[in-house]
Amino acid sequence: MSTQTALPATDFSPKGARRYLPNARYVSVLVTLVLLALMFAAGSLSYRGFFSGQVVLNLFIDNSFLIVLAVGSTFVILTGGIDLSVGSVVGLSTMIAASLLRAGWNPATVILIVLLAGSTLGLLVGLVIHYFDIQPFIATLAAMFLARGLCYVISLNSISITDPFFTGMAQTQIPLGPDLYTTPSVIIALIVVAVAFFVLHYTRTGRTVYAIGTGDQSAMLMGLAVTRTKILVYVISGFCAALGGVLFTFYTLSGYSLTAVGMELDAIAAVVIGGTILTGGSGYILGSVLGVLVLGIIQTIISFEGTLSSWWTKIVIGGLLLLFVILQRVFIARKR
Amino acid sequence: MNQPQPVIQMTGITISFPGVKALDSVDFRMFPGEVHSLMGENGAGKSTLIKALTGVYQADSGTVLLDGKPLAISGPARAQDAGISTVYQEVNLLANLSVAENIMLGREPRKGLGIDWKATRAQAAELLAGLSLDIDPASLLGSHSLAIQQLVAIARSIGVQAKVLILDEPTSSLDSDEVAELFRVIRRLKKSGVAILFVSHFLEQVYEISDRLTVLRNGQLVGEYLTDEILRIELVHKMIGKEVEVLEGLGHKSRTSVEASDDVPFVQAVGLGRKGSLAPIDLTVYEGEVVGMAGLLGSGRTELARLLSGADHADSGELRITGKQARLRTPRGALKRRIAYSSENRKTEGIVDDLSVRDNIVLALQADRGWFRRIPKKRQDELATSYIKALNIRPANPDALVKNLSGGNQQKVLLARWLAVAPRLLILDEPTRGSDVGAKAEIQKLVIELAENGMSVLFISAELEEVLRLSHRIVVMRDREKVADIENDDVTLGQIMTLIASGAEE
Amino acid sequence: MNRILKSRLFWPIVTLAALLVLNVIVEPQFFSIRLQDGHLFGSVIDILRNGAPTVLVALGMTLVIATRGIDLSVGAIVAICGALACSMIASSPRPGAVSTVLLAVGASLVLAIVLGLWNGLLVSVIGIQPIIATLILMTAGRGLAMLITQGQIITVNSAPYKVIGGGYWLALPASILIAAAMFAITAVLTRKTALGMLIESVGINPDASRLAGVRSRSIIWTVYVFSAVCAGIAGLMISSNVTAADANNAGLWIELDAILAVVIGGTSLMGGRYSLIGTLVGAFIIQTLTTTVYTVGIPPEVTLVFKAIVVIAVCLLQSPAMQARIRNLRRRRALAAQEGVAA
Repeated sequence: MSTQTALPATDFSPKGARRYLPNARYVSVLVTLVLLALMFAAGSLSYRGFFSGQVVLNLFIDNSFLIVLAVGSTFVILTGGIDLSVGSVVGLSTMIAASLLRAGWNPATVILIVLLAGSTLGLLVGLVIHYFDIQPFIATLAAMFLARGLCYVISLNSISITDPFFTGMAQTQIPLGPDLYTTPSVIIALIVVAVAFFVLHYTRTGRTVYAIGTGDQSAMLMGLAVTRTKILVYVISGFCAALGGVLFTFYTLSGYSLTAVGMELDAIAAVVIGGTILTGGSGYILGSVLGVLVLGIIQTIISFEGTLSSWWTKIVIGGLLLLFVILQRVFIARKR
Repeated sequence: MNQPQPVIQMTGITISFPGVKALDSVDFRMFPGEVHSLMGENGAGKSTLIKALTGVYQADSGTVLLDGKPLAISGPARAQDAGISTVYQEVNLLANLSVAENIMLGREPRKGLGIDWKATRAQAAELLAGLSLDIDPASLLGSHSLAIQQLVAIARSIGVQAKVLILDEPTSSLDSDEVAELFRVIRRLKKSGVAILFVSHFLEQVYEISDRLTVLRNGQLVGEYLTDEILRIELVHKMIGKEVEVLEGLGHKSRTSVEASDDVPFVQAVGLGRKGSLAPIDLTVYEGEVVGMAGLLGSGRTELARLLSGADHADSGELRITGKQARLRTPRGALKRRIAYSSENRKTEGIVDDLSVRDNIVLALQADRGWFRRIPKKRQDELATSYIKALNIRPANPDALVKNLSGGNQQKVLLARWLAVAPRLLILDEPTRGSDVGAKAEIQKLVIELAENGMSVLFISAELEEVLRLSHRIVVMRDREKVADIENDDVTLGQIMTLIASGAEE
Repeated sequence: MNRILKSRLFWPIVTLAALLVLNVIVEPQFFSIRLQDGHLFGSVIDILRNGAPTVLVALGMTLVIATRGIDLSVGAIVAICGALACSMIASSPRPGAVSTVLLAVGASLVLAIVLGLWNGLLVSVIGIQPIIATLILMTAGRGLAMLITQGQIITVNSAPYKVIGGGYWLALPASILIAAAMFAITAVLTRKTALGMLIESVGINPDASRLAGVRSRSIIWTVYVFSAVCAGIAGLMISSNVTAADANNAGLWIELDAILAVVIGGTSLMGGRYSLIGTLVGAFIIQTLTTTVYTVGIPPEVTLVFKAIVVIAVCLLQSPAMQARIRNLRRRRALAAQEGVAA
């Protein structure tokens, strides 16, 4: 009751109307969504067979690992950091998985070890960044070399995977209706997205991630666990990279030391196109997922358009990056 | 003995940093339900005392009692738990998060694994309503004005059952309506028994809101007074550090006005101002004239200097240089017109600490010539050694890194940098702060010599004696306005202090 | 002694020396250089020759980093310039003519300047963070290079072009001479003009520099153009050495090697004082590491792990946190010594 009596002093009605307009903080995500819709519409109008549910589902199937990576990178970038090691960690994960499976290990143990390895590397990176005050760029660069080097140490050649569980995961198709299916990897990726969404928006840790990106001094003065969270985001990123690696082995059924070279750039590009600001503090997990889908749809359009060469993918991604970075710049400038 | 027990009682607090004693055995106390102002000029130890109270710094010695019980303030979190909350000068909240989060983050209600946003917003709304604030808790903090953000910060701090609320310069970027709103909230809190520590440079506001004052000077306690019982002039004296009687008797070298050689001043500002930092102001500086600027910190003295030097843009009025209208867009533009500005922030806006003394001295001159036409090495050495000698810079080594010099010597290096470009107007903002007595005297002597050689100098200093000794004319600033512009003949320190304290009209 | 220890070059030089000593121990012939057909051969020459492109890119990177910036796009520029030069030569009717080669080289360098101007525009005028601004060209640049080569590996058969990366002059590989010349030009350009001092000033204290009238914008623009030109030359060198332009792999990760070389050489990523010599030492450390792995007989697949460990070690040793710890340790030891004397 006391709440009831206190409330009348606060009258929200004049501002209530404003809620029906798109909130400014979702604009960059909305732009990505509109862009995705436009690209899909353009594809549908131009190519026969593009407008189908399975094309949409394939976007998820072909990019499930990238979605997981983008989730991890979103955490890091929201704090204002960067993780260059994720591509190599994916490579390392495929190598560990393939080699252990070849040695006859139990798939469940193998997956656990892979996830543990990725998280541990992330933890080391986080500790080095925090306690030695080394820029994330350099620390994760060193981790990138280390992980890639360990790939070579394990084997220079591609190791194929014949484990029944892994091949099962690769071949399983989950029907979703007439002529529509998805894969377990997609389900796993979507679970990761859901968990990440929950963590970012419904836990103090998640809000601290945003707080650090906005200003870690302020966050510290507000009494939030800045140090722990700063290290934790690299653990999360390492875990996501390792899980992405596992999904990648479901997709390719092999381990190869040159797997996923440069995939960290795809992940970062997806996050930026998804509306997350690289200086941290602003962005959404769902935006990053949309960013991955935008990257995916570019690939799809290029593969539908037989004459367009693959390198246009990179040029278009670069162009989109530019577009979004300038967009963010304009928004920040207007805020001031 | 009907006085209640103090909510905070600090006794013998001492804090030292390498080379300085920031607080020297200071006592401080606050009672519940009072607004207490902490007064003092730059370097008095105000912010150190606040940081000791909020756990940012640990005191080397001394005790703190909270409600009569000893309290070890080991960190900001501990202070908050104990009920000591702070709202810092720059609003230390997170613009990208919602108002509700900014108020509740760290103690948000939970439901199952996660945060219960509905309850969080409701509690935030309740706290805001308690301050009669009509804003949507779900809106982004960054979408509100600074004043509202400040009030949100207060809402956050009282949310933690605050016993003591510290407001550090809360009004520095608010307009008068916003200040009135803030004061309404402060009075409301006071009624509920919170002790409020109010720090402000605006004397008017201090007298309007506070019940009690504590004055610090050079890290030492000057005294504690009831606001009603201390006159403004007395307060200013306590802050600046001279007793009225002593000062009135103190003779000073009065300097007569320069013989106006011609009628066109070198610089003339007409209604020059900038919204939110300086009310429109008129100012003239003639060739060879030293214009002194007096006023407390935050009175608008630095703001004016920044407008005159192109460091900030004026948004009203105009500036004439030798009678011709000039628009200064950058410091570079000002330097082209031979106006040099030596900032009061020696470290952040002055020295380039990793470069040598020589490089620092030639920097502005070199910047003017462009990178391609390097000043020949020999000429650089001549410049450096001649200024090192003329200004007695120690160590007398042009290759020494500036970061290894003492504060006073760094200041001299900066002076050398500006003198090297042969300015016609040199704006010196607190050029002697942090210098020892010897360096101070040298800088003062130099200013007089420069003016005799025809340079105009705008001399800004918190040390009034210095201003009186050097200036031909004195401009007094108060609350971002010019309150006096007087010839320096037979002006006394007491008169200037009165002007600073209460303005010309009283 | 103390001064030597304090020098930022101390740890890099110790590292390089240690690596060289390790090589000599394992292979006493390491320093021997022989003259064959008027050309010098030997492990040291190999290190210098293979390190030349990294040195070039790292030179430009040093200046960029000194302004608090970073240039991630150099690898892409390497690929673009190699691609343009090779495709121009390959499509010309007289690929072996000197004029053709000069035209191709000239066009590539002009393109490099344009790309540098683009980076500089984004950073200094539009005000985008350097890491993001150059990430754009890093991503799109590979695509541009492939656009130029149409996705093919373009092989060229042109004797004059081969000289840049694979030729000899005065018994020395031309690539070493080119890198040395660029090093000298950079040193002269920055230290004999005021550019170096102004770059450092902008990197150390942008606000103070602004008040002193330094034109930060044009200085920042200049360093990005310079970095792109260095990368362009490296691109010509790499494509000439293998007589082919590979848009995918030319200059892959060279930006990371270059950044490492700069950091190992003692220039902080936070900008400010830079050391060209340090960068040179850093680049040689990276190149020697690769060679060492071969001579010592470590399986080549471990190279990267080895590199990662050295990088981490050097970075940790140079980190301010570690430096403070070492200083404390030394002070305590000095105090103990004094007390010992007093006693």
